[in-house]
Amino acid sequence: MRELTYWQALQEALREAMQRDPSVFLMGEDIGEYGGAFGVTRGLLAEFGPERVRCTPISEATIVGAATGAALTGMRPVVEIMFMDFLTLAMDQLANHAAKFRYMYGSQAQVPLVVRAPAGGGRCYGATHSQSLEAWFLHVPGVKVIAPATPADAKALLTLAIRDNNPVLCVEHKLLYATTGMVPDTPEPTAIGCAAVRRAGHDVTLVAYSYYVGVALQAADALAAEGIDAEVIDLRSLVPMDTATILGSVRKTGRLVCVEEGTRSGGVGAEIAARVAEEAYEYLDAPIRRIAAADVPIPFSPALEPQALPQQDDIVRAARGLCR
Amino acid sequence: MGLSAAIPLSAAEARRVLFQLTLIRTFEERVLKLVSDGSIRGTTHPYVGQEAVAVGACLPLRADDWVMSTHRGHGHLLAKGGDANRLMAELFGKATGYGGGKGGTQHMADYAVGHLGSNGITGGGIPIGTGAALSAQMRRSGQVVVIFFGDGAVNQGTFHESLNLAALWRLPAVYVCENNLYAMSTPVHEACAIEHIADRAAAYGMPGTRVDGMDVLAVAAVVRTAVERARAGRGPSLIECKTYRFLGHSKSDQRVYRSREEEAAWRERDPIARFRASMMEHGLASAAELDAIARDAAAAVDAAVDFAQSSPFPGPGALTEGVFSLPCEDSRERGRAREGPDA
Repeated sequence: MRELTYWQALQEALREAMQRDPSVFLMGEDIGEYGGAFGVTRGLLAEFGPERVRCTPISEATIVGAATGAALTGMRPVVEIMFMDFLTLAMDQLANHAAKFRYMYGSQAQVPLVVRAPAGGGRCYGATHSQSLEAWFLHVPGVKVIAPATPADAKALLTLAIRDNNPVLCVEHKLLYATTGMVPDTPEPTAIGCAAVRRAGHDVTLVAYSYYVGVALQAADALAAEGIDAEVIDLRSLVPMDTATILGSVRKTGRLVCVEEGTRSGGVGAEIAARVAEEAYEYLDAPIRRIAAADVPIPFSPALEPQALPQQDDIVRAARGLCR
Repeated sequence: MGLSAAIPLSAAEARRVLFQLTLIRTFEERVLKLVSDGSIRGTTHPYVGQEAVAVGACLPLRADDWVMSTHRGHGHLLAKGGDANRLMAELFGKATGYGGGKGGTQHMADYAVGHLGSNGITGGGIPIGTGAALSAQMRRSGQVVVIFFGDGAVNQGTFHESLNLAALWRLPAVYVCENNLYAMSTPVHEACAIEHIADRAAAYGMPGTRVDGMDVLAVAAVVRTAVERARAGRGPSLIECKTYRFLGHSKSDQRVYRSREEEAAWRERDPIARFRASMMEHGLASAAELDAIARDAAAAVDAAVDFAQSSPFPGPGALTEGVFSLPCEDSRERGRAREGPDA
């Protein structure tokens, strides 16, 4: 056990994967000497050289497409897309190609591709550098989506993603990079698709992922002070989604609040709510609540951005309302 | 004096080339018939007229070199050594097809023969082929990747991004543009401000060559030069094959955007008739032998149709199988052409 920052944990996963497997290499914009826009790859160029830490031109479609081609032919590329917003430029390559080749071409085609994407707001970067677009990928069969909330999970899940023979999108919230946590020497979890119950409780279930796990835990503390016992589930991966753990919790608490930073309509919370409504409707004692970003482009103004993004108080109010 | 000073072919090799050209033509004409009568559902993009490009471009390739194909891709697969039976079965949506019937005409691959996949998105395959070239370079495999695309694809951003990246990294890629003059109905001169797509190569710092795409050995000669350059580590090339699709863009195209006179003029340059005449002229085959090749091709297509029609449709369970690979299969050997059909 050591204490690491989230970015250090990600870097350890990259380094150990590259040491273990010569087919693993990195591609992305400014990931060399600069270390990537958020510093995750700093030092790796010196350690592994320019052939395996490949700085690219600003060509997102071809970065992801070329990584897909390399993945189909024996390599394990890990791509960094500088801001998740820029995935729009690579969306055809991800959604029409990487995601579909295994299904269309049969088992001869495997795409062991990882796309890392710094996501989320809270830093006043404005509408094109602050989005949480992971919900889109729930609508693209063939791509896995991991969203680690802690340094330990960041290392474990990224390690698993690199070993996975499918395209995996790694959602990295920008506000998590500097956070710290204990990272075990033996990675845990051992599979993509297992949620974690971060706090056990009986009154209401809060389901969150990535940065908002921490916010939900703080909300649970605030609720506890009011005598409301919240259970907090960290999804850890959105695809596959550990529906069983969510359903088990809701059957116990009878109340559900879905928390995410993406916009509300068609979001991750909408999917969770639908699954619970289909599978555990009879256990619900109250309506399902979604806490998500407002359906607006993320505004720049420091006065407006917090209004657009979900806050701890929003979670507390929603849970309190359900428990009245 | 043989057929071509640059590409000396024995009589047997020449017969093989003619067989491949004829097989593609016969296959495509049959497929169009089967689509028209409803035996094959969906659509098809016939390669008729462009056969010399696929066959010529694959002629200088090693078995383990890759090709990246397009929506008009049946010819590329057959030219690289693909199996007409499994190709036809895929068009019928049968379990014995290349993708078990899940891909269809625009989405199939045969990694055992170095075919990376056809692709239904115009320009979508260009980065993927480029990445296969990166992989070949990193694995020091000596493989070269030939990336096919049409004139319609060269105005996609992926074309620009990929050619720049390949030149920057000196990747072993050969970009083969099949300029058949029309992107569906749009004439190339209404989509490109310059006359020759090959001229764009200068912008990327790679050689650009124009070639008569109706002359199989002329195509083979320029591709061979580019392949040798790529294999020697000297980087990519852009080749523009001036060609023509004799039929419509897809099954329902009535070709209102071009004249029958223009089509007739291009038919005069039929790559198969030309190659056949050239073989006769050089005494590489008798008329009887040439007719036998045509019969062999027809028999192969008959057999493919029989195979496809007698094959089963995908069984229960096929629908949801294969969205994901098994999580952690060890697959270090991927990238080499591999044996065996889809599991």
